[in-house]
Amino acid sequence: MSTAVNNIPGKFEILDQSLESQMTLSMGPQHPSTHGVLRLDLRLDGELVVKAIPDIGYLHTGMEKLFEYKKYQQGIVITDRMDYLNPLGNNLAYVMAAEKLLQLEIPERAQVIRVLFCELQRIASHLVWLGTHCLDIGAMSVFFFCFRHREKILNLIEAASGGRMTPSYFRIGGLMMDLPAGFDRRCKQFLDDFPEALNTFDTLVTGNTIWQSRTMNIGVISREDAIDWGLTGPCLRGSGVEVDIRRANPYTGYETYDFEIPTENGCDVWARFKVRMREMTESYKIVRQALDRLKPGPIKADAPKVVLPDRDDMRKHMDALIHHFLIVAEGFNIPEGEVYMPIEGSKGELGVYMKSNGGPKPDRVHFRGPSFVNLQSLPVMSEGEMIADVVAIIGSLDIVLGEIDR
Amino acid sequence: MGEPGPALVERIKAKNETWVEDYKNALDELTIVTPRDAISELCAFLKSDCGYDLLADLCGADRGPEEDPRFEVNYHLFSTQHFGRLRVKVLLNEDDPHVRSVENVWRTANWHERETFDLFGVIFDGHSDLRRILLPSDFDGHALRKDYPLRGYEPYSMN
Amino acid sequence: MGLENTLFESLPDVVTVKLDAVVNWARKSSLWPATFGLACCAIEMMNTVSSRNDLSRFGAETFRASPRQADVMIVSGRVSRKMAPVLRRIYDQMPEPKWVISMGACATSGGVFDNYAIVQGVDKIVPVDIYVPGCPPRPEMLVHAITMLQDKIMKESVKDRRDTFEAESRESIVPGTLPVTEGTALERETEIELAQNQTSRPYTIPSRHERRRSS
Repeated sequence: MSTAVNNIPGKFEILDQSLESQMTLSMGPQHPSTHGVLRLDLRLDGELVVKAIPDIGYLHTGMEKLFEYKKYQQGIVITDRMDYLNPLGNNLAYVMAAEKLLQLEIPERAQVIRVLFCELQRIASHLVWLGTHCLDIGAMSVFFFCFRHREKILNLIEAASGGRMTPSYFRIGGLMMDLPAGFDRRCKQFLDDFPEALNTFDTLVTGNTIWQSRTMNIGVISREDAIDWGLTGPCLRGSGVEVDIRRANPYTGYETYDFEIPTENGCDVWARFKVRMREMTESYKIVRQALDRLKPGPIKADAPKVVLPDRDDMRKHMDALIHHFLIVAEGFNIPEGEVYMPIEGSKGELGVYMKSNGGPKPDRVHFRGPSFVNLQSLPVMSEGEMIADVVAIIGSLDIVLGEIDR
Repeated sequence: MGEPGPALVERIKAKNETWVEDYKNALDELTIVTPRDAISELCAFLKSDCGYDLLADLCGADRGPEEDPRFEVNYHLFSTQHFGRLRVKVLLNEDDPHVRSVENVWRTANWHERETFDLFGVIFDGHSDLRRILLPSDFDGHALRKDYPLRGYEPYSMN
Repeated sequence: MGLENTLFESLPDVVTVKLDAVVNWARKSSLWPATFGLACCAIEMMNTVSSRNDLSRFGAETFRASPRQADVMIVSGRVSRKMAPVLRRIYDQMPEPKWVISMGACATSGGVFDNYAIVQGVDKIVPVDIYVPGCPPRPEMLVHAITMLQDKIMKESVKDRRDTFEAESRESIVPGTLPVTEGTALERETEIELAQNQTSRPYTIPSRHERRRSS
């Protein structure tokens, strides 16, 4: 960039020319703001990004190959580690794909609990998004507040399943275990405190002029481009397309809950931010409704060859013992077929393509990770922006590298 | 919610008979098997006329080294207008795993096709930048093929 | 005021203390970790830093993004084949003294993922001081790991020579020095080759603090 200079002393010679060459900068894979091991090849003209090429694969775990070597119920454990901020969502997608192949009917209580936990998980995932997005842009206190509230949700998930971040709570045919005693009370306690937390975030972040100037009109992607690039979830809804899988292709009884689909027309980082903030409120509403709907009942489907029997039954009845042994040792066969099961994960459309050839292990499991597809649109959003805005854009895409690289 | 069904298959057949090699309607999902030369035109027709404007997923599958055709490529389509879903399948032989890229129909197919190439070795003709995406660029072989062992071949050494 | 005055009035002006004690106390009390969060364990590491389990009470005040300013590298998460050279490079960029905590089952031994893509244990690439099991380990376990590392640091000595690190990093880059993953035909061949050459190769890189000369 050329600078105008005046009053130069005679004996100094100052070169007054613009920068001819562009610089290639490799941002990552170890970088505090890339939300994981993502490498961005940026070609910069000063601070302006001319070209941005994401380079992924630094967390490739070969999970899809691992699924083919593990029985169906063993695969649930691996799905936790994929999108590690939304493990219950991954579990649900995988389990529902297997249930669709088996044509199992899931009891009411299990469905309500699944919805409850999915929405709690969505709130937890959005809290991490908010915390890390604000941390990248510079508002560090919000990070601590978000994680403080997330700890409460993790306590709830841990009470039910034993794992904070890798619960593996859902099983093919229902749930792992019933909710513990006192869960109602603890969940209500969390829900009573949560609106105040959302107000705090609104005060700290949404009304903040610095935040607004760093996120408005940054990372714009038009409505047609968003659909063409396959964006889903809050990224798509931030560009004005009102598509939510919970309404479009409902599953686990979502059609019976009363919630809105937040959509914004801004197409920029600010719009995506607003969508996710509103989604937290909607998830809160759904959790309240689900909690009210909880009625005593069975939590596992009536399929003795697929679902593990109760421990008491197993100890007393011979056939339950045999079924337990066979399911654990040999697994159950799923009839031949293929299914694509999409759910609305916290980041977008999480789809599982499961193909079975009649055996106890799947033939092919493919996870359509929403972050994988959303990240593809990063060059479109960030070319022409400053390098500091790239950080904001990555934050607004809400990527999780475990899901991208699988 | 618009469900595709035999009506959609009739519409496609009315446009061009050769596009539908086979179709299957199982578990509430319609799968259309199409010959590999027709995939690009079929996808363009589905996007422009039938409203399937979002390519949800493009994934490959390996049926096994003894099967013929060995590979299949599945295109999962979604419509943001009538919320219908559709699967289009292309079957490929092992010795000639080429298929036209649909990147010009949906730009999101770019990375999906790179991933399928990386993990299976299916080559997409006309792709703008077909190179490995998940595995290291000096990796030998295609990892998700059935004859590639789970633990891989090479010892871990950094060079 | 108060306690300090009464305590330090009874001490002489000049205090003699072991150099090791002072140096080690200073090193252990301000261990600044390098952000090397890879996967799910990274989120648990973030949980450890946040206000419920506060890691900065133990001296890990800030997580430095640049390895040049960091003391301890907490490898949290699975290390894939593509990431392994990057890991080694970041480790080499850290100035001495440096320590490594391998957090989680995947970093310790490959974890759930025994396949072509994951390095079965980060101690095949860098020398590890503390291994933390768990998938992911609870934040309290990571805090325990940091305190255990602090105890370990207190037992070191400044007399341990540290100029062998160049040889070690050269050795790790030479192909074939690090052992193969289990279950391959190549492993049997290398075993035969080893038996013929009679070279004993360490299975993992021992931490230099374990090879110290002074006791």
